[in-house]
Amino acid sequence: MTVLHEIAHSRAGDKGDRLNVSVIAYRAEDYTRLVEQVTVARIREMLADRNPGAIERYELPNLGALNFVIDAVLDGGVNASLDLDGHGKCLSYRILGMHLNPN
Amino acid sequence: MGEHMQSNLFRIGCGAGFGGDRLDAAVPVVDALVASGGPACLMFETLAERTLALSQLARRGGGVGYDPHLMDRLRPILGTCLQHGISIVGNFGAADPVGAAQAIDALAREIGARVPKIFVVSGDDLMVSPHRAEIDPTLQACLPAGALPLSANVYLGASQIRDALIAGADIVVTGRVADPALALGAVAAHFDWSFDNLDLIAAGTMAGHLLECGGQVTGGYFADPGMKDVPDLANLGFPIVEISADGAMVVTKPEGTGGCVNARTVKEQLLYEIHDPAAYLTPDVVLDLTSVSVKNLGQNRVALRGARGTRRPETLKATVCYDGGFIGEGGISYSGPGADARARLAIDILRGRLAPDLQMRAQTVSTQAQMTALFDDGPKRRIATSPAGSFDLTEIAEIQNDVRVHIAVRSTDRAEVAHAMHELGALYTCGPGGGGGVRSTIRSRLYTSSALIPRDLVDASCQEWSDAR
Repeated sequence: MTVLHEIAHSRAGDKGDRLNVSVIAYRAEDYTRLVEQVTVARIREMLADRNPGAIERYELPNLGALNFVIDAVLDGGVNASLDLDGHGKCLSYRILGMHLNPN
Repeated sequence: MGEHMQSNLFRIGCGAGFGGDRLDAAVPVVDALVASGGPACLMFETLAERTLALSQLARRGGGVGYDPHLMDRLRPILGTCLQHGISIVGNFGAADPVGAAQAIDALAREIGARVPKIFVVSGDDLMVSPHRAEIDPTLQACLPAGALPLSANVYLGASQIRDALIAGADIVVTGRVADPALALGAVAAHFDWSFDNLDLIAAGTMAGHLLECGGQVTGGYFADPGMKDVPDLANLGFPIVEISADGAMVVTKPEGTGGCVNARTVKEQLLYEIHDPAAYLTPDVVLDLTSVSVKNLGQNRVALRGARGTRRPETLKATVCYDGGFIGEGGISYSGPGADARARLAIDILRGRLAPDLQMRAQTVSTQAQMTALFDDGPKRRIATSPAGSFDLTEIAEIQNDVRVHIAVRSTDRAEVAHAMHELGALYTCGPGGGGGVRSTIRSRLYTSSALIPRDLVDASCQEWSDAR
């Protein structure tokens, strides 16, 4: 079993109540695997306790990267949030904990 | 890159990427810009979404409405920048750009530098707009019923910054502008780029986007020991972009500083706070990153090209801040056998004491006993601390996890929040056994919302500041 953390790195950014999380393959040859396995449905599963709204995935083959835009996952945004991590900055690494199928 | 001609480069360094950023970061950046010998600019980005409302409140309370660290940031580098013709562009004016200009002028006199030519960009503050009556319905529409805006600032573009620099500004002080505009305005002034050349404006915007968070492109917000190791973050070097007239650029950092610049740091920052990567909206251009190439040149140099631009949006985005009541946060710790159960009990007790309709979040956070020292007692003796005291790590197996209860409550009624924090403290004597380390804070909250403002209702301008005003 591979953990996403072994083949990709990630960064989270917030704007209001919207989070973006990039998932970037360390090696170009792993990008396809990201596209196949790091799906909107999997991201939704991993953030289920935060009850996210719409999730959009953008593909950037030029960077070997995916960019997820996740709505309504920050409890109103950093100014309103009662979460310890109001920005959602920790969530990128939570996503890197995703287990991938053998490939 | 052979075509990246040294002689035709403009350099932009970044001295701060947010209001809380390190105060001494600009010093090695300025030294590197001076050493390069070429034309250069230093940018400071110190405004977050809610900073302006906080600045407005500070100003009303008799404090300064500009970046409270402005003098700390500029004092070490102002003289050098003026001496070597390195222009400074910053949104550190916040809610009071004129006040910031006055303070910078006074600082220059104090340190015996030449008197700088300071320009102030205005027009972002919609609260004092002559079109307020026309704008108000749009602002109100983005707020909940009954809420009043504390601040409303539109994100201006780069053209006023460019105009100020072309007019000879040493320092350009702005309030709210789009963060990348701080760099774009300087590049556009230097190369005399037309705002109609959308791919060039896109390149300057991309440069600004990479720079605007300071050390986040040079190894900050990046390190992951064992996977992404970064040297010497205690001495993190802030970024410099070398850009040429055709929009090709290299991201680098000063020699002798910590951190790193590689394709990974650059890709992470390139996508930071980006939504649709084909359409990043800015006041000056809609930036398309989908054809951008990132090439590692080694030695902390990364080349980028391929930014594309399409026509700027018809409207400007404004951030509107309004009063959001109060938030209280606090915690109490438990350790040793049964810590989890005692922590959960503490939460149950609090819920029993507080009004059932109070908005509250409670959670437990488990932490392994923290290693804190490995210093004077030889390599074998390592000390761990927990709320219960210090332990030799040889005994670490005996130490249970610490569990921290964290609670957060929000209300429009400050007294209700204060009561919740009081009840948290009362857990010392009325709660589970062994509870310690209560901390709590109360702060007023500011909500932000966004509105889109037609450009013809925004009067952006730049003016030279002078004592006469």
